[in-house]
Amino acid sequence: MTTAEEPTATAPHDQDPTGQPSGDVTAQDVTGRLSAGVRDLHQTDSVRSAQDDARAQGGQASEWMPYLPASGSPHCPPGVDPATLVWAETVAPGGYTHKVLARGTRLRFDDPTGDACAHLLLFNALEPAERINVADTQKIPWQAYLGESHPLLSGDGRVLAVITGDSSGRHDAFCGTTTDAWNERKYGDARPHGPSPSGRGLFLKAAAKHGLSRRDLPPSLSFFQGVRVEADGALAWRGSAGPGTHVELVAEMPLLVLVANVAHPLDPRPGYVVGPLRVHAWRSAATGPDDPRFTATPELHRAYLNTVDYCEARGL
Amino acid sequence: MATTQTESTPTTYPTASGGTLASTVPVGAVYAEGSPLHWGASLVEGAVVLDEEVAPNAPWSAVVKEGHILTIVDVGGNQSGDCLLYDADDPEERYSVPDTLAWQGNAYVRTGTVLRSNEGRPLMTVVANEIDRQDTIGGACGKESNTLRYGHHVMFHHGCRENFLAEAGRRGLGVRDIVSNLNWFMNVPVEADGALGIVDGMSAPGRRVAVRAETDVLVMVSNCPQMNNPCNDFNPTPLRMIVVDPQGAGSPASPVAGRLGSATTPKDAA
Repeated sequence: MTTAEEPTATAPHDQDPTGQPSGDVTAQDVTGRLSAGVRDLHQTDSVRSAQDDARAQGGQASEWMPYLPASGSPHCPPGVDPATLVWAETVAPGGYTHKVLARGTRLRFDDPTGDACAHLLLFNALEPAERINVADTQKIPWQAYLGESHPLLSGDGRVLAVITGDSSGRHDAFCGTTTDAWNERKYGDARPHGPSPSGRGLFLKAAAKHGLSRRDLPPSLSFFQGVRVEADGALAWRGSAGPGTHVELVAEMPLLVLVANVAHPLDPRPGYVVGPLRVHAWRSAATGPDDPRFTATPELHRAYLNTVDYCEARGL
Repeated sequence: MATTQTESTPTTYPTASGGTLASTVPVGAVYAEGSPLHWGASLVEGAVVLDEEVAPNAPWSAVVKEGHILTIVDVGGNQSGDCLLYDADDPEERYSVPDTLAWQGNAYVRTGTVLRSNEGRPLMTVVANEIDRQDTIGGACGKESNTLRYGHHVMFHHGCRENFLAEAGRRGLGVRDIVSNLNWFMNVPVEADGALGIVDGMSAPGRRVAVRAETDVLVMVSNCPQMNNPCNDFNPTPLRMIVVDPQGAGSPASPVAGRLGSATTPKDAA
């Protein structure tokens, strides 16, 4: 449990019901946190004192938290009116988040330390059977590597979102995210509440909160840790572009967004190294016919026509 | 099949029962008269437990038991066999492109490639392969995605996504179960700058690939109806699916022992 004395001492992951940290802590750590001295600072011998004790813990800040309301974010992206923010959060290393966004919302990921890895799944929020199709996202634009103006396509011939800004250039649409089997082999642990959670494990939790299950999880994309295909097909790790990069998207449809911030499958480092991931979203407009992007390529033009057709019929 | 049909004059098509039918419905092409066809045989010795033809444009599925080996014969050459795999006992565990690629550290499928599930577990292993490499990046064609690549005038075309949905329905599965797939006999190179696309194939009539089931696997195939890219030389041809039990007595399968009811019967079959 987080105490007033140790506002950021616990792991960012979920904990087991005993309140004991279940991550990579030593027995000594556990003993220390449960010491009589710390315990005595909490008066919980009655309901009223337990209430007072709990309430006294409110209002603190941690490194990894949602900012509510979003307009109060200490990290509002440059040039964005804080009053237009609808989502502001710093996702913990090994953490996940999810949100439903209106059509026309701008979504920005920031990698402040150079060690974030934003694994992403997108669904049509109104009909989640329509979802990101990585094969179409690579095949239709004739381009395997994600970057500025790359559309993120569903399997139904529509643009879920488009990348409107990218200062990283290190992304991957080949390797998806990690499974429990992968992380157990690589790190010896894949539990969502452990020291090396798998991306799939976190996606499953986020999906479940929207009534979705593992049938609904297709291959995912990831931002901020790059992979390139060599001439013989080998997948070469390129890692991060360094701290301070960002990726920005615009939602061209109502989106359910699932994000897992976990180590990339091909990360060669022996440890499980992930940095915090900042997420901001703000009200804006979907790409319209007057935008040069709308007609930038024949494929993208038709994808936008399909998308507008769907949204107008839906009254969106 | 022309990409536009402006008149209602009936065209004569062969039917599944072997007859002919005059119809104004624009259906996918049946392979051209005189197309070279090589029906092949199993790549491995064993007792034949299944031997079926997949008609051009048609879907197919079967459960391949653990240890059994499926040979897919590219009868007409460069005919994409879009393929999805599922754990037969738990179809929520299914083929995963990214897990397959990440575990082997390579973007292409070759002999030795372990075809992995969304849980990272082996579903099948490629045990023999007669072309340089197989594709698992390009995904499937579909009515809607075809409109992006080729134009809205092709919306009426049948696609692999539609075949997958039809076959999934027969197996109690649905749209949630359709994910990125394998493409046997299709060639999708990734260039240094990330450019990729379906290009001329490296297969030929009779070329084969053999995959061993590592657990009981539901194999679902769409014999690609695509008529707008070179994956099938604009001439969809049959596939032959031969499953053998390598522990069983028998020799490599020779004639086509059984056919799908919906298959057209090629005149020049072996």
